[in-house]
Amino acid sequence: MHEYSIVEALLARVDAEARARGATAVHRLTVRIGELSGVEIDLFATAFATFRDRTICAHADLEVMAVAAVWKCPVCGGQIEHGSMLQCAACDVPARLSQGDEILLDRIEMEVP
Amino acid sequence: MCDSCGCGDAEVVPVDVHDRILAGNDRTAAHNREHFRDRHVTAINLMGSPGAGKTAVLEATARLLAGREGKPYTHQRLGALAGDLATDNDADRLRAAGIVAKSITTGSACHLDAAMVHRGLHDLPWHDVDYLFVENVGNLVCPAVYDLGQEANVVALSVTEGVDKPLKYPVMFLKADLVLITKIDLLPYLPQIRIETIADALAHVMPRPRYMCVSATTGEGMGQWLTWLEQLRAAQPCCEVTHHA
Repeated sequence: MHEYSIVEALLARVDAEARARGATAVHRLTVRIGELSGVEIDLFATAFATFRDRTICAHADLEVMAVAAVWKCPVCGGQIEHGSMLQCAACDVPARLSQGDEILLDRIEMEVP
Repeated sequence: MCDSCGCGDAEVVPVDVHDRILAGNDRTAAHNREHFRDRHVTAINLMGSPGAGKTAVLEATARLLAGREGKPYTHQRLGALAGDLATDNDADRLRAAGIVAKSITTGSACHLDAAMVHRGLHDLPWHDVDYLFVENVGNLVCPAVYDLGQEANVVALSVTEGVDKPLKYPVMFLKADLVLITKIDLLPYLPQIRIETIADALAHVMPRPRYMCVSATTGEGMGQWLTWLEQLRAAQPCCEVTHHA
């Protein structure tokens, strides 16, 4: 259940950003969570709903953008088929994860008086 | 304030951040890594399921070094921080094996983070060890998410856990620099377990699958593990190029 500690880090970061701008409330957060990030989106959303009380995010909506894992060959750029060995058969080199390990805070929409 | 119509309503301002939510942990991990490299201490984040044999591998590592180089020298070389939910049992075992060890008691936390390791270092005379093992909480999910400042991630996977653990827990194995397949002395009693099947599963979740088969009980395979450790230490930068703020 590390999702709870990640949400704590998220709320602390948002609080700092909001204070720096003198915001009185946060309306919406947008985060990106990769398929291979180790974060379960449902648990993350549950943790957010639990921990946002009495924070500046108490009434904020959470938008989570799920990012699919994409493995590519670093030489030819070809995409490795899902479920395959993580090697480029043509170039005989290890694949590289081009997306799918993100745990990112993208955007905060905050109310500034 | 809304200044387009003068209504006096508060304005909703979008702020683009585009930063890792765990950026704070990453900074602390970079701080730890800088300390380790400055002191030429090789830090290893040892992860795996409860009962995978993490502590036993470290005990066997200490025994092997003692056999090679004499026990007093071993006492100087190996350090460990043992993540444990509720007991000091692992640290007790490690100290008995000649390892400078302290527990990080996590309570209900299912993983170690960089700040816990940093606090743990304050209670451990780690400056003079060659290798510092951070024995993470037994868990194949949560510990994989957190950088601790280690030089390498090692995952212990025992043959009794079945052949498909890498496919079930891909993130843990994706983060591994080395997988130690442990308890191989039990293979004669596990006819359904084939190392080739485990290796195939690893190749589906690790772009550079690297594994070694070891037994802490018989010592089989432990020599190549020591060689790997020595190579890791030889290749370690002595200090960080960039310093944290």
